Amino acid sequence: MLNINSVSWLHILREVTTSVPRGSLVGLLGPNGSGKTSLLRAVAALVPADAGQVTLDGDDVARVKRAALARRVALLAQHAETDLDLTVLDVVLLGRTPHRRSRWSDGRDDNTIAERALERADLTEFAHRKWQTLSGGERQRAQLARALAQEPELLLLDEPTNHLDVGHQLQLLSLVRKSGVTTLAALHDLNLATMFCDSVVVLDRGRVVATGPPADVLTPKLLAEVYGVEATVHDHDGRPVIIFERPPT
Amino acid sequence: MWTVVAGHLGLTDAVVPVLRDHIVWQLRLPRVLGAAVVGAGLAVAGAVMQTVTRNSLADPYLLGVSSGAALGAVGVIVVGLAHGVGALALGAFGGALLAFGLVVAVSGRSAPTRVVLAGVAIAQLCAAVTSFVIIWVADPHATQSITFWLSGSLARADWTALAWATPVLLAALALVFAQARALNAFAFGEEAAATLGVSTTKVRWLLLVTTALLTAVLVAISGAIGFVGLIIPHAVRFLTGPDHRRLLPLVALGGALFLVWVDTAARTVFEPRELPVGVLTALVGVPAFIFLLRRQGSR
Repeated sequence: MLNINSVSWLHILREVTTSVPRGSLVGLLGPNGSGKTSLLRAVAALVPADAGQVTLDGDDVARVKRAALARRVALLAQHAETDLDLTVLDVVLLGRTPHRRSRWSDGRDDNTIAERALERADLTEFAHRKWQTLSGGERQRAQLARALAQEPELLLLDEPTNHLDVGHQLQLLSLVRKSGVTTLAALHDLNLATMFCDSVVVLDRGRVVATGPPADVLTPKLLAEVYGVEATVHDHDGRPVIIFERPPT
Repeated sequence: MWTVVAGHLGLTDAVVPVLRDHIVWQLRLPRVLGAAVVGAGLAVAGAVMQTVTRNSLADPYLLGVSSGAALGAVGVIVVGLAHGVGALALGAFGGALLAFGLVVAVSGRSAPTRVVLAGVAIAQLCAAVTSFVIIWVADPHATQSITFWLSGSLARADWTALAWATPVLLAALALVFAQARALNAFAFGEEAAATLGVSTTKVRWLLLVTTALLTAVLVAISGAIGFVGLIIPHAVRFLTGPDHRRLLPLVALGGALFLVWVDTAARTVFEPRELPVGVLTALVGVPAFIFLLRRQGSR
């Protein structure tokens, strides 16, 4: 269970309090610059919170050693780039870095876990493909497999579907959902959030303005206040679907 | 030749002429070993810099570290504070850190080509000051000294120099090899490495200071030899792939072999005249640099 307790950072996060229960997928929503990425970075201990604390099953992430934290928290960034000539398997094995027993060799376990992670990301046939030859969707799945190979308790996703077409967006989030790992995911697409998230947290200018199940939170009133858009929310077999109005010109 | 070496190691009682013994034991052998040590060290320094700075054009020479070290060494000689390889190496280390610090301060986190631009500018500045200092103190062998420090040569490699450089090389290799996995984690950038459990700030500084120290000691015995650190890591990576656990040992080996061959060529092609070894490494290195630059531009 992830608890974010009154976390502030610069002027970007203001006393953010929320939690992610074990096994759930929580969507982190809000307009550009509302602090989604900063909050994820604070949870990953990439930036130190000025005030408040982030705890993972009671342990303050700022006090956990980097390698120990990397065995518990994995981050999937918006997009990943490298100039190196890596195979998909090489990338996935990077996820074993914090678990190394030997500085030198990959253990038998590491290879088994990497293969299992490839399977979970639906990439088994891609193991020996070169990173440079992958499409955007395949790259994000490779990064997901790398994150799963870390065997984390908590998965942080920073708008992982930003550069993907709709088919690959749906595929990536269903794979995340299927993995069963507790997840906090910053998302731009509100309809993706209503489709996959157990609950959502809405940030506006660094503050939490709403928390709860997507159907309760994502109302026309909130969308107008936070995003400044006019929208109607429709029920589609119990799942809210948001339709936006064209702004007056 | 082998008889001489065996004789010195106490393996044979065969008698060799004194002159021959002297040439092999005092001149040829230290020079070959010196080339191996300098080649291995520069190549590994280049490989580490390329990974840590995520700049495929990084190399101790192109980033100004070698020229800074040469200036530092010449500075120590001029001030006359101390003599011997140790003092030279210390001065070179100061110069190397200063030059590298300047390059980082000037270029910050800009694109790889801009960092190299800053490096070349600082290298030129250090080279100019080095030449100036050598001529200013009226070194009787000014031209020769300038060529030695700025183009590099293994002509001064002797047992004393080796006694300094070899332990430093071995210590640096041990330290760098121990970080091989952490270096792999830099593939997707520093922040990605941090989320994989690498203490990136600590590792980066540890490795950059180590490579600066290594470069400084090597420059103190051989001057600023360019491009070994650029081309060898790329050539070896092409063969082994980017995993540092395999890459680094082979880069060390490749760098050693490369410089032994190039130095032999520098010594023998125009016999009895000798080319500065840096002239030959530049002849091989500059086309390689242009190739890498073009490949980077096309991405």
